[in-house]
Amino acid sequence: MRTIRFLIQKEFIQIFRNKTMLPLILVMPIVQTLLLSFAASYEVKNLALSVVDHDKTSTSRRLIERFTASGYFKMQSYARSHREAEAELAAETADLVLEIPLHFERDWVREGNGQLGVTINALNAQKAGISNAYANGIIREFNQELLERAGFGHAAPRSIQVVSSNWYNPRLDYKTFMVPGILGVIVSMVVAFLTAINIVREREQGTIEQMNVTPVTKWQFIAGKLLPFWLLSLVIVGVGLTVGYLAFHIPIEGSLWLVFGYTALYTPCMLGFGFLVSNFADTQQQAIFSAWFFLLIFTLMSGLFTPLDSMPVWAQWLNKINPIHYFVEFMRLVLLKGAHFFEIQRNFWSVVMYAVVVNSLAIWTYKKRV
Amino acid sequence: MNRFFAFISKEFRHILRDRRTLMILFGMPIAQVLLFGFVLTNDLKDAPIAVMDQSGDVESTALTNRLLSSGYFRQTDTVATIDALEGAFRRGNIKLAVVFPPSFGQDLARSGQANVQLIGDASDPNVATTLINYAQAIVLAYQNERLQQGFSAPIRVETRMLYNPELKSVFGFVPGVMTLILMLVAAMMTSITIAREKEMGTMEVLLVSPLRPIQIILGKASPYLALTVFNALIVVLLGIYVFGMPMNGSILLLAFESILYMLVALSLGIFISTKAADQQQAMFISALGLMMPTVLLSGFIFPRESMPLPLQVIGALIPATWYNKIIKGVMIKGVGLESLWLPTGILVLMALVFIGLSVRNFKDRLE
Repeated sequence: MRTIRFLIQKEFIQIFRNKTMLPLILVMPIVQTLLLSFAASYEVKNLALSVVDHDKTSTSRRLIERFTASGYFKMQSYARSHREAEAELAAETADLVLEIPLHFERDWVREGNGQLGVTINALNAQKAGISNAYANGIIREFNQELLERAGFGHAAPRSIQVVSSNWYNPRLDYKTFMVPGILGVIVSMVVAFLTAINIVREREQGTIEQMNVTPVTKWQFIAGKLLPFWLLSLVIVGVGLTVGYLAFHIPIEGSLWLVFGYTALYTPCMLGFGFLVSNFADTQQQAIFSAWFFLLIFTLMSGLFTPLDSMPVWAQWLNKINPIHYFVEFMRLVLLKGAHFFEIQRNFWSVVMYAVVVNSLAIWTYKKRV
Repeated sequence: MNRFFAFISKEFRHILRDRRTLMILFGMPIAQVLLFGFVLTNDLKDAPIAVMDQSGDVESTALTNRLLSSGYFRQTDTVATIDALEGAFRRGNIKLAVVFPPSFGQDLARSGQANVQLIGDASDPNVATTLINYAQAIVLAYQNERLQQGFSAPIRVETRMLYNPELKSVFGFVPGVMTLILMLVAAMMTSITIAREKEMGTMEVLLVSPLRPIQIILGKASPYLALTVFNALIVVLLGIYVFGMPMNGSILLLAFESILYMLVALSLGIFISTKAADQQQAMFISALGLMMPTVLLSGFIFPRESMPLPLQVIGALIPATWYNKIIKGVMIKGVGLESLWLPTGILVLMALVFIGLSVRNFKDRLE
């Protein structure tokens, strides 16, 4: 026991002595979380609208007004022809083109129908889909307004009104979801990298041989390597969540104890992973690249940035060995929905099992080489 | 000059000798592009939903069937109470709930108007919004067909989606993934190898040689340029042949821009290495410091227009942002240099700045 304590002490002295790394380790995750959480939003607004109005009547102007008053679109330009407007789309100065044909008002008054053209830059499919939905919504409402003005409003045919509500995040605030997610991902990566590099560096520098000739056992050595980073991760997560709560008011619906308890059990997954990687690397370079390869995959597949349900079935299976995926799911369930332990059980036990398996693998493949 | 070539040949030999790293450097980008191209998509389908049909009449059943046969939703839960609904949400089993009031069919028959409630799980706001949009569209279509026979909507809208008529999110993600991986691999490689020399002590040997700083820097970067260009080529080919990315523009232009981008990434890596004292720091800055900002701020996943201004500014400083625009422009839109002069110019500027900074910061003395 004493030995482990001394080893941990040694590690901490080395960590704190490194004046360049220390601020990086402590500050970078939190700064990145704070900054980047603002970026993570699929909210589509400030769409640049270009209008080709061949009609130029009060009706057409009313429609354009509806678009700009909606808050989603801002008037970019009045193009004189469809070609001009499409050029703006190509140059990406406009996101959506609304084309109002000649005789739009006349057709509506005489025959009671009309046609509009909408052209959207669909390079970003997501954005295009949402822009389309907004545009169609505005046109639908405009449609309704025209009907009411013409006196048809009260004889409206049967209709189904949709009442929609959003639970757990009524204001559709992305940050609530992103802050814990990004924090968790960054801390996971930091911990995995640091552990991997730490062990391989000792091997590269030769100090591991010195360690091998001491009475320190394999277990004591491993504990001495993993525990300091485990403690460090808890500190970073604690500070990060506090800052997140203060800066963003992310809801802490579920029990805080649950959050910390889970993090304490989750971090060993990443520690073990880093450790496992270090066993197969001869140089720090190899360790870094191998770890990075897996971590990037884990991060992008975790469901933090793109929905899990959209992933092909084989990818969802692959996610079962993705620790970050469990973490993101947990954060979402507990911090945003206030899930209790009972409801996250499956996730919890998966993580525990993962930690046990990966660490066992790492210990088994660790050879006290000469 | 001979000196310089000897130096480059030494670097090549170092790289080729390390089989494991070589495997990673080539295999990694390929594996990652393949993986992410298939995995990263925003297209939602088969989203798990729960239906709480308190009415159970013809209309509500028909509407439910409509929703479920759309391909967007699959019903995983039938709940009878709000509590059960809450539990299903909390467990993460469902993303959306459709609730019909007890008098749904009756209301429609009597007063011509009925309500249906859609509850979205907004812990992922984007998914919630998209699913609600899908569902609303389906309800509207149902309404127009079944209920408003003979009454056609006065205004028809003809919508055209330019460049990507099927709205495949792959068109946005594949270029983004290519950009991300090429940048990270290039920056990491150079920053770590130079930091490695510092750590190993072989930097001292280089410093006492007659080689000048600019020669050392260029000599270190050249083999990696060759390596990353090869990587870029494979990644582009994968994008085209495996993911069906179009190649509507000039191949020469794409090659030129890609080499330019590689230069920027490599010189960034070199700049990082002049600041880092050992491999750990180099790794931290290049792998961790660059990764998240590039993923989040370059417009690859989240649209830049929605970001607050300061973040858009920072995003503009990231080379990946511009190369992303260039790739999409050349491959999907098929435009030429006349539209892409701005991003290209910015990349050239960045390359010069990074190389200049690296040369200036290169310490030719040991502290």
